[in-house]
Amino acid sequence: MKIKLRRTMLYIPGNNPGMLQVADIFGADSVLFDLEDSVPLSEKDAARDLVANMITYRAYENIEITVRVNPITTSCFKNDVKEIIASKNLQAIRLPKTNTPEDVSKLEELIEKCEKENGIKIGSINIHPMIETALGVENAFSIATASKRVNAITIGGQDLTADMGIAKTKTAEEILWARSRIVMAAKAAKIDVLDTVFTDINDEEGLIEETKLIKKIGFTGKAVINPRQIDPVHKVFMPTEKEIKWAKEVINAYNHGLNLGKGVIACKGKMIDPPVVKRAEKIITILDLLK
Amino acid sequence: MKNKLGIDIPKFVEGLGNLKPYKGPFNRIRKVSKEEITQVPTKIRSSLPGRKKLINSLEKVIELSGLKNGDTISFHHHLRNGDHLLMKVMKTLDKMGFKDLTIFSSSLTSAHQNLYEYVENGVIKRIFTSGLRGELGKFVSRGKMDIPVIIRSHGGRARAIKTGEVKIDVAFIGAPSSDKEGNLNGVRGPSACGSLGYAMVDAKYANCTIAITDHLVEYPNTPISIPQYEIDYIVKIDRIGDPDKIGSGSTRLTKNPVDLVIAENAAKAILYSGYFGQGMSFQTGAGGASLATAKYLADIMEKKQVVGSYAIGGISSYMIDLYKRGLFKKMFDVQSFDKGVVSSLLNNDDHIEISADFYANPFNSGAIINDLDIVVLAAYEIDTDFNVNVLVDSHGYAQGASGGHSDTSAGAKLTVIVAPSFRARIPTVVDKVNTIITPGETVDILVTERGIAINPRRKDLIENLKSKGLPIRDIHDLRKKVELITNNPKMAEYSDKVCGFIEYRDGTILDTIKQVVEKY
Repeated sequence: MKIKLRRTMLYIPGNNPGMLQVADIFGADSVLFDLEDSVPLSEKDAARDLVANMITYRAYENIEITVRVNPITTSCFKNDVKEIIASKNLQAIRLPKTNTPEDVSKLEELIEKCEKENGIKIGSINIHPMIETALGVENAFSIATASKRVNAITIGGQDLTADMGIAKTKTAEEILWARSRIVMAAKAAKIDVLDTVFTDINDEEGLIEETKLIKKIGFTGKAVINPRQIDPVHKVFMPTEKEIKWAKEVINAYNHGLNLGKGVIACKGKMIDPPVVKRAEKIITILDLLK
Repeated sequence: MKNKLGIDIPKFVEGLGNLKPYKGPFNRIRKVSKEEITQVPTKIRSSLPGRKKLINSLEKVIELSGLKNGDTISFHHHLRNGDHLLMKVMKTLDKMGFKDLTIFSSSLTSAHQNLYEYVENGVIKRIFTSGLRGELGKFVSRGKMDIPVIIRSHGGRARAIKTGEVKIDVAFIGAPSSDKEGNLNGVRGPSACGSLGYAMVDAKYANCTIAITDHLVEYPNTPISIPQYEIDYIVKIDRIGDPDKIGSGSTRLTKNPVDLVIAENAAKAILYSGYFGQGMSFQTGAGGASLATAKYLADIMEKKQVVGSYAIGGISSYMIDLYKRGLFKKMFDVQSFDKGVVSSLLNNDDHIEISADFYANPFNSGAIINDLDIVVLAAYEIDTDFNVNVLVDSHGYAQGASGGHSDTSAGAKLTVIVAPSFRARIPTVVDKVNTIITPGETVDILVTERGIAINPRRKDLIENLKSKGLPIRDIHDLRKKVELITNNPKMAEYSDKVCGFIEYRDGTILDTIKQVVEKY
């Protein structure tokens, strides 16, 4: 089973050279260089140049590099994609305000063109659609399956509530359905699914609570906006002692049963079938990755 | 002649005399008893019953002190950037027509940067200090002093006074509070700065000691940090300084994410080093990453229920918080890092004021730093031999201070340097530092945000820290990694002219400050 950990994706404003320089030292699984909301209009081109050059020349180590470009409806979009792909060391583009599968297709078309132009292997750059409108939520599954390049989808809580005409609250009941809908779409498409940011960087307890919730409903990771948020999120995503013990027992019982040629295998009185074994194996794989 | 680090040191320098080359951190200390040098005899001072010490003006007291052209005058820098006194005294000396004086201050801060004007007009001939900042540092690095400056560590300064290598003719001691007989402390009055640790040595060994206060209190002034029998005259002036400018933000912890990564790794390295445990002693600087290391270490201590014996050094409000949390039993304070420390020094018996001699002098029968377990220090630059520079900046100007860096590195069982691997575009980890303040032989671990390097001399640490999930790297690999990011910026260029000598704590010469070539 091949799993790439994507528990945290650290937002770095694309116009902040100091932060871009040190993006890989905080232990996040992925970094997300942002050209969209954290960059003022007057600095869009400068940020694009900076990010592209940083990705090209700065030897980032052991980290997934992704870039959030400006929305498909903006004049920056095409240049963002072109210049960022020309930087060559990119793993994925996050597409904000993805409303329809056609948005993904348009981006895919442009990516492919740029891959060709830059001699990059076709299909190597992934797409992370960001769903942050009511329409996007309703189209979640078709967005998640719009291209083979889509290997994760994400939810943007702030824009989504704005689009819904309601306020984003700390307890976030208002986006629970959207979160669940997006998780289900991702699970059906067998891709990763990342949660929205927790904006109060001084409230570690609140961050942990929210992360526990989103882990429970099926998210595989969470976007973070400050290096201090990385550790708490990783801790929540770390398999618990109880989960590890359970996983080891299930795998042992399953292997033992197979050796005996049993058709129905049980562990501590509960039947274990392949999906249960798969979940147990995943826990052990994550544990190995974290060693 | 070349010293042990391969640096050319002249045998004799006009105006400074004979120089001894550095031969290793403990070489001279081991052999000094054979040199048969003695503690300097101090001029006998006497006092008749009823003699009045309180003098009504600076001019008058300077006249009474017997100060002559060419003499050496000393100051302390406990008020750091808030010190008003030194410049005020210099202005008076200039007005009185003094020439060719030697300034011997425990350090010089940005408050003293205009001292160069007194070099230019001939009032000052030599400068002996721990640090140089601002325009004065540039002036020195531009080679404008006829006689090179001498940079000493705090312990080294105490040594030089006690051995008579530097004879103080008149000590000017800024006293936050004094009585009419000259019992001084730094814990009362509007300019309270805390410890008077550096001034204690001056008061004891100077030919004449003048206390200058802005807070004259009823006799007797207690607690007594410097006793009346070491004070010849007292003058009251309006204000000796501004204690709000002592601290450099050291009471608040840094939020800089890079510093926090460094600090967390440093605390983990200390945890596994073999020196973490009940009764450990600890010193840290007041810089961002240094203080943050104390924070992470304190959290670990609390979790593991470890209580340290003492914290030492510059004591900051943060260290007092750790004491209050029960993590250290005592605090030794040679200089207080912020105004917030003052009330603790006044009211807490476990907070002990110590002199620079007691703190770090290598030539006494036991400075506290000889017993220190762990010290965490900063660096401007560190090279692949672990030599550290905390004085000369990337432009080649002297803009820092030796302080207690080399003293504590030599004394402590574990010396941890915390520094980002580069700042802006300038690498911190380099092939060769601009100027060596602390020899690599006394440095054990470098912690950066891109990895931890252990001095290959410390096989025990290499063993203790392996397989602990720490990002250990060879220092040469770390250097290469930094080079990949910053490339090799053009470094400052120097001429052959020597502008200053770095005197090691034992009185030998470690390195030089060269004249910077300014071309744009």
